[in-house]
Amino acid sequence: MDDLIVEFLTETNESLGALDLDMVRLEQNPNDKELLSGIFRLMHTIKGTCGFLGLPRLETVAHRAENVMGRFRDGDLKVTPDYVTLIFAAFDRIKLIIAGLEETGSEPQGDDSALIEHLDAVYEGRDGNPDNAKDGSAADGDNDELQALFDATEALSPDQFDSIVGIPEDEPAPDAIAAMMETKPAVSTLAAETAAAAAAAAKPAGDDHGNKGPSLADQSLRVNVDVLENLMTLVSELVLTRNQLLQISRSIKDNEFSGPLQRLSHVVSDLQEGVMKTRMQPIGNAWSKLPRIIRDLSMELGKKIDLDMVGAETELDRQVLDMIKDPLTHMVRNSADHGIEMPNDRAAKGKPETGRIVLKAYHEGGHIIIEITDDGKGLPLAKIKEKIINNGLATAEEIAGMSDQQIQQYIFRAGFSTAEKVTSVSGRGVGMDVVRTNIEKIGGSIVLKSVEGKGSTFLIKIPLTLAIVSALIVASGGERFAIPQLAVRELVLASAKSNVKIENIKGSPFFRLRDRLLPLVSLRDLLHLEGENEDSTQYIIVAQIGTYQFGIIVDKVFDTEEIVVKPVSKILKNIEIFSGNTILGDGSVIMILDPNGVAKAAGETDVADAENASGAEVKADQGKEKTSLLLFKTADGAPKAVPLSLVARLEEIETSKIESSSGKSMVQYRGQLMPIIAFDSTVDLHDKAKKPVLVFSDETSTMGLMVEEIVDITEEIVNVQVSADKPGIIGSAIIHGKATDVVDIGHYIRSSNKDWFKRHGYEAYGDASTTGRRVLLVDDSPFFRNMLTPLLKVAGYKVTTMESPLDALQLREDGEKFDIIVSDIEMPKMDGFEFAQKVREENSRWKDTPMVALTSHATQQDIDHGMNVGFSKYIAKFDRDTLLNTLTEALVSQGGVR
Amino acid sequence: MSAVTTLERTTFLAETRDFLTIWIGDQIFGIPILQVQDVLGEQSVTKIPLSPPAIAGSLNLRGRIVTAIDVRTCLGMPPAEKSDHQDMSVVVENGGELYSLLIDKVGDVLSLPQNDFEKTPATLNEGWKDISAGIYRLKEKLLVVLDVPKLLNELLTEE
Repeated sequence: MDDLIVEFLTETNESLGALDLDMVRLEQNPNDKELLSGIFRLMHTIKGTCGFLGLPRLETVAHRAENVMGRFRDGDLKVTPDYVTLIFAAFDRIKLIIAGLEETGSEPQGDDSALIEHLDAVYEGRDGNPDNAKDGSAADGDNDELQALFDATEALSPDQFDSIVGIPEDEPAPDAIAAMMETKPAVSTLAAETAAAAAAAAKPAGDDHGNKGPSLADQSLRVNVDVLENLMTLVSELVLTRNQLLQISRSIKDNEFSGPLQRLSHVVSDLQEGVMKTRMQPIGNAWSKLPRIIRDLSMELGKKIDLDMVGAETELDRQVLDMIKDPLTHMVRNSADHGIEMPNDRAAKGKPETGRIVLKAYHEGGHIIIEITDDGKGLPLAKIKEKIINNGLATAEEIAGMSDQQIQQYIFRAGFSTAEKVTSVSGRGVGMDVVRTNIEKIGGSIVLKSVEGKGSTFLIKIPLTLAIVSALIVASGGERFAIPQLAVRELVLASAKSNVKIENIKGSPFFRLRDRLLPLVSLRDLLHLEGENEDSTQYIIVAQIGTYQFGIIVDKVFDTEEIVVKPVSKILKNIEIFSGNTILGDGSVIMILDPNGVAKAAGETDVADAENASGAEVKADQGKEKTSLLLFKTADGAPKAVPLSLVARLEEIETSKIESSSGKSMVQYRGQLMPIIAFDSTVDLHDKAKKPVLVFSDETSTMGLMVEEIVDITEEIVNVQVSADKPGIIGSAIIHGKATDVVDIGHYIRSSNKDWFKRHGYEAYGDASTTGRRVLLVDDSPFFRNMLTPLLKVAGYKVTTMESPLDALQLREDGEKFDIIVSDIEMPKMDGFEFAQKVREENSRWKDTPMVALTSHATQQDIDHGMNVGFSKYIAKFDRDTLLNTLTEALVSQGGVR
Repeated sequence: MSAVTTLERTTFLAETRDFLTIWIGDQIFGIPILQVQDVLGEQSVTKIPLSPPAIAGSLNLRGRIVTAIDVRTCLGMPPAEKSDHQDMSVVVENGGELYSLLIDKVGDVLSLPQNDFEKTPATLNEGWKDISAGIYRLKEKLLVVLDVPKLLNELLTEE
């Protein structure tokens, strides 16, 4: 692209930002001549440059808009919201064309005739507005000459400019021009004087509006960021060299270098500070779009809103500025959209009709604080509570124990929006959580204070710069690493001799941190470092990512150091565990650990466990996979176990609360009746005191199983050894070195609720002849998936479960093979019939695999349909023996049973 | 790739071209002198865990972090024996980043006449063919011109 055009684009983009701001101001103070001429001048510059660069489309739009503004300036057209909107439309068009220009290097195609016609109509006074009746004689002819005059007065301060422009307003046009032409020599002398005066008057107090005049603009120049970065690097190097020199000098007493070295040292420090400053930008740059946004919003929503911006000159790092721009815009928008009430609502509450949003920025101890305050309706607590419960983020009981502030913080959770209607601006529920993530990404924090009816305040605290962070230097396996201090919660010194020690479970380290178990990851193992730690002590760095806490084991902890973060080489960017590298004070290079990356690299097993628990995917190989089990005792004291993933909650229920209804024991639980069964039917339910209850829950119904005592939660490889004949027991396994009964929850559910299985349909029971056969189970209900898996495993099958047919088909793509497929019929997205069709397709790897359907809908029609699409067997009613027999039969008919 | 074309073009325009010669084992290589930013003696290199084997680590060159590449590994050569190994490196720039190529030792700067230049022969070892930009016939040895951008870009795409 032409260098000239690039230069023009940067300049114009800046000017347009200023224009937006100025137009909003103008709308509020239509008589501010200084403002008007400033706007006019900016527009004129754009137009002039366009003509010069040969950009006809841009030039036309800018020219017509300038015409209209010329009439504002001349005072013969009143500045009304309608006209301002029109001018904004012209600005937007200019931005659009410029965006196209930026992309392709030439003006994009497009038709501006409607806009131009509108602008012309206003300019020529034929837009039907009675106030806009133009007496032809004025501007038309002298417009160009006026512009010539503008060009000549470019260097004038606005005040002086006005005094000159003021003249022609009272006189007939031709004379005025003539008079002005005569004053031209005087103008140039004036210009020289005022330039000097303006330079002397450093920064005008009060409401300065960005580009006050050319005299200020002349004092700054554009520098490529690369040049600055380079300067920064050189300065860092200089600092290092100086430090080395100082070190040497200190070791020699009374040497003649110490004096000059001291001076050098001061200069270098000042230089470093100066270079750092070049990266800083006033926060006002991120705010410049806001007045326009608020204005457009208030027009659209019919609200009256004032936006006050305090501390726009507060400076912060360019990079940080870019990161907070969007979150800030979003929040101010939110305040206007959700916070501020309609004018009549406000009046009814005794508030002024015009709402106020105050944006404030200031420095506080190495941080920038940004406050966004509105005097609107505040956060509706009741609505938030309702939403929390509806979205399952917390229970009503939990909420009851929370302070208002805690409840309010929920708006930062994902998928949360309290707006009743989704407007074009907000209410889509992807707002505040994104804001929080963005702010936390740059090491900031956000706090919310809100009083219902009075308004809300958001406090954002962000670091001044991203380039320098405070980091903890640690060592492991003889290598040093930096960990950003922000992620570090605490340090723990662990020693094998003391009782503060790291414990191992099958080689995985854990640590008891107060009353919690902290998962640990050894940096040495994670990074495949060599060497052993000679010391018997180890350090645990307790790191926190969001709400996830984990510990990193390192050999040594050094000091904290302020480090300059540098990106890693492209060759290394795939190693997620490092967020950058840096050079330490002693000149050595060191890698910066990304706590997020460490958690990800170490947390893989955690992620897998979570998936197991939710039942999204259980790939099970009998006897190899660990299952989380809940251990409990019954009245006879024998240990029992049940897969933890089946248990919805644990509760303690007073036996006195148990009621009897139509021969069944029930308890009122969360506003509903829940059947309660005692594990051992010999136990007297109406015994005494509180008893622990395991609550099992499906989408619609719950049941409670009352036990004597809950012992523990454990993760074990469950190898069920004896298939028990006793109803309600799947078999026995060795857990914690004791023979433990693995409970068949299905049995208890059946006895509590006969309908349960009618709705869902199945269960399985084992037979040794099918040992090692691979079963694919497809069902959308996690409950039944989880329950069926252990049952089928006991029967000797290798079970793979899938939540949806789509996932199952993915397995086919992956080349997995099964001996038999068991599938539910009613499932979302793809039902069992469709699934069967897919499986039976030509070229399908699975087209010969027998399929068994499980469902509660068992009309003859359904069965026929099922057979037609490819199911070999159809189990209409839940029955574990039937399922077993069916599975065996199906395998036999394939000639497969050994 | 562009380096190859520049090289070929200049070969025909200029009488001679200047190369920094480097040794790895008993093989001599040449790097076009204009690509060389620095020649360094032994440096302390920070190892980077989990990085590909061809990456020896990173080092501090006047405040810039430079990624050290073990050229021996890139060329599929065994680790150096102590005797002929001086731990020197040549710093080159590629795509705005600095890389230091760890080699055994640095030789002279040679001005080589274009008459002695040959395109990479088709029979050269597969691994070397990719990183060779041609061969000069020296009196005693054959000098392989190292195509540095190609060598580094291959590392980038390997990932």
